[in-house]
Amino acid sequence: MSDSKKSFLIINRKAPYGSSAARDALDVALTISVFEQPLSLLFLDDGVLQLLPEHNAAAIGQKNLSANLAMLEMYDIDQLYVCSRALEQRGIRPSDIKLNITLLDQNGIATLIKQQDQVLSF
Amino acid sequence: MIFSIVITGAPYSSQASASALQFSKSVLKLGHRIHRVFFYADGVHSGSALATPPQDERNIPAEWAELAREHELDLVVCIAAAVRRGVLDENEARRYEKNGHNLSPDFNLSGLGQLVEAGILSDRVVTFGA
Repeated sequence: MSDSKKSFLIINRKAPYGSSAARDALDVALTISVFEQPLSLLFLDDGVLQLLPEHNAAAIGQKNLSANLAMLEMYDIDQLYVCSRALEQRGIRPSDIKLNITLLDQNGIATLIKQQDQVLSF
Repeated sequence: MIFSIVITGAPYSSQASASALQFSKSVLKLGHRIHRVFFYADGVHSGSALATPPQDERNIPAEWAELAREHELDLVVCIAAAVRRGVLDENEARRYEKNGHNLSPDFNLSGLGQLVEAGILSDRVVTFGA
């Protein structure tokens, strides 16, 4: 492994269930943190639904994703950015989300993406 | 410039793998390097040696294999995503006691660390999603 560090941004755009995207992104996030690279997560579009607490995934025979999201903190993944417009469009209040998040408008999102060395989109 | 490519869409269902092929060919033609191509999620089906599209359609797995041989590309298929979806090499087939394996010999199964390492060592990582 190289000594140099790269900043990574993972963009989450998909709902927590219905496709494997959310889980795939989370697995990549945990791996990046094992490699001790700076990491931020950005939630856009339906991706903001991943942040809602108390999923009942067992009802559709899936593993619960919210438990894994709570694990992020244990892995020191604490840079969570959320598109405020995506929340608004879906009637979600920031206070509904129990994780420590930073809200961003469209300009803030553009700036965040610009700051990164690598952007992975799910 | 050093590129790495990530593909998460299945060939034939999504345009991801076919677009990534076009992109990779262009990148190489322009004199850049590709450090690694990482097949993740449904992208793992690009590594199947058993894909048999009609003759008037492109054979995406075969095109990847050919490009890899021509340019010594490192084609890595995410092992966790692959075994889940029934894309196995000989080792995994033995481990899980399956009586067949289908990973094309030009691809290798490995872990997500290979994706992160590619991100660290490349100037750009380009994702082709579903």
